[in-house]
Amino acid sequence: MLHDWLGPGWSGFHAMNFFLLSLIKSGIVAFVLLTTLAYLQWAERKILAHVQIRVGPRRVGPHGLLQPLADVIKLMTKEDMIPSHVSKLLYLFAPFLAVSMALIPIAVIPFGGQVEVFGVKTWMQLTDLNVGVLFILAVTSVGVYGVALAGWSSNNKYALLGGLRSSAQMISYELPVALALAAPLLLVNTLSLRHIVEGQAGFYLGFIPRWSVFQGPWPQIFSFFLFLIAAFAETNRVPFDLPEAENELVAGFHVEYSSMKFAAFFMAEYANILTACCVGTLVFLGGWQPLLPDSLGGQFIPSIVFGLGGAISIFHGLNPARKLDRYTLPAFGVIFLGIAALFLIPILQAILLPLFWFAAKVGVLLFVFIWVRGTLPRFRYDQLMRFAWTVMFPIAMVNLLITGLLVALTS
Amino acid sequence: MPQLNSVPLSWYLILSAILFGLGIAGFLFRRNIITVFMSIELMLNAVNLTFITFSYKLRQVDGHIMSFFVMVVAAAEAAVGLAIILTVFKNRQTLDIDEVESMKY
Amino acid sequence: MDLILFLVFAAIAVGCGINLVVQTHPISSALSLIGVMGSLAILYLLLGAEFLAAAQLIVYAGAIMVLFVFVIMLLNAGAERKPASRSYAKLFGVPLLVVFLGLIAYIVQTFLPKTEGVQFGKFTGGGAYEIGIKLFTDYLLPFEIVSVLILVAIFGAIVLARKEID
Repeated sequence: MLHDWLGPGWSGFHAMNFFLLSLIKSGIVAFVLLTTLAYLQWAERKILAHVQIRVGPRRVGPHGLLQPLADVIKLMTKEDMIPSHVSKLLYLFAPFLAVSMALIPIAVIPFGGQVEVFGVKTWMQLTDLNVGVLFILAVTSVGVYGVALAGWSSNNKYALLGGLRSSAQMISYELPVALALAAPLLLVNTLSLRHIVEGQAGFYLGFIPRWSVFQGPWPQIFSFFLFLIAAFAETNRVPFDLPEAENELVAGFHVEYSSMKFAAFFMAEYANILTACCVGTLVFLGGWQPLLPDSLGGQFIPSIVFGLGGAISIFHGLNPARKLDRYTLPAFGVIFLGIAALFLIPILQAILLPLFWFAAKVGVLLFVFIWVRGTLPRFRYDQLMRFAWTVMFPIAMVNLLITGLLVALTS
Repeated sequence: MPQLNSVPLSWYLILSAILFGLGIAGFLFRRNIITVFMSIELMLNAVNLTFITFSYKLRQVDGHIMSFFVMVVAAAEAAVGLAIILTVFKNRQTLDIDEVESMKY
Repeated sequence: MDLILFLVFAAIAVGCGINLVVQTHPISSALSLIGVMGSLAILYLLLGAEFLAAAQLIVYAGAIMVLFVFVIMLLNAGAERKPASRSYAKLFGVPLLVVFLGLIAYIVQTFLPKTEGVQFGKFTGGGAYEIGIKLFTDYLLPFEIVSVLILVAIFGAIVLARKEID
């Protein structure tokens, strides 16, 4: 019966195994993803605070580490208001659409190579599609409707303006994103994200990684910056956060939303940022490929980084600037040293190293997102559009042409 | 009774016909220019489904290319058509097809 | 599995299509059309057209329909007023449409060999690679013509939109 249902090639045991494995993987990915999203917000508040010479959240838990939990409880227990003037069905549908379309792309993102856990070989990826890059572009482009519909259904002029701005901005910047992504794809010759990363393995001269940003014949460094800039616009971030400009539009498209529905938009924004950083890492920065080859001690970098972090924490814990630090910082130091030790165990290295490199690159890009938010002022709307069509688009086009020409000449 | 793991080819074609019929109905019944325009898009989509179904039947990719062209032309059509709709609305403050009739007389 | 997926998404497509026709508010119609396009993308996947399924979502749902929604929001188009004089169209049109569809269904059922069934994975020629090869060899001239068409459309849209600003 099961055989009939699933079609040929699906013996019962195999199907069962596959389902179980997928279920476990989805569970892990969903848990990590949601935790990351929650702590991304903590990291953003902390980093922004330090950019502006403030302290940031520090009341709830040590260094404010329990702040995300407190925020979640606050948002969940707030009164869930539905204003009387909204168009109800779409009003309820919009946040749902926004958050689901923001979370779906994570399904095709690979976090590492093939690993063997308890004798089961599996990829550190939920599923690999032949058209992975296109899938991500498709799903994120459908995500526009969440914002646009939220703006429209709120029946509020600020919300409507935010929705309008967002839809115009997102279709304009989808073009540079697609063109910027197309150029490195010419180098690796595939649309599957796993193969894209595998195409960037190896080193030039023994120490320059063959990531797309460094890869010949035409290093994709322009493309990378174009992608990054356009990603800021696609995710509605400063300096392109016009859809939710606080001082012009109150809060833009989500002005009429409260409680969990507001949180859904918030989560969708962070999930979009995370997706953009993951795609940037995979396509341009070589995914889980290491920065240094093992011959130069590349496999010790995580231990060194965490070891240094642990040492610094313990040092500051022993010479505390604040009273509380005497207890928290040594604890963190010990945890970091423990992680550093974990990276030295050969069996775990095979699993942890790719994850470390992937997380490190994504983390750097996320930091850039937050850093830019703390640094740059907001664009005006006409400047935003002019920038897309007269600067980004021609540069992306020329870059694609040069890449195509050089690839054709050298292959 | 068809098997659970395969769909008769004709069902895809009938689905396409139903969607095309709905497109015609929308084109004829609706009075809002934008909705009429969307009905045309629905018909184009229905035709695409037919192309891809026959592409499957013949095991050739040519049908895919045809629907690719249809999509491109639809994009061009949408850009120009919506610009025209904007101009019409600007000049007449209405989107009702029946009220845009000065060329009749 | 194939049959269930087909039935579910075909039902969604037809339901959304009917909703497009009966809704009076353009934004409801636009959303129904997006629903049709989304479920058609799934059906394309079942037919082995993975590139077109992605293109359907990117081009149709992600660009064209966003433009429609944008214009509807920009013009703040309300629900259309029901015209009274159109009842005869429904009186004759709907039965005629049903007859037409019945005829097509009959013809399709009679002339197509009934043995052929669509199975997912039987035809894998719809990837980006195959389409690219075909597009840039056999269909190069149409491709170039279409790109000129796009260029003309851009000019047209700019000219029309510019008039509006003055």
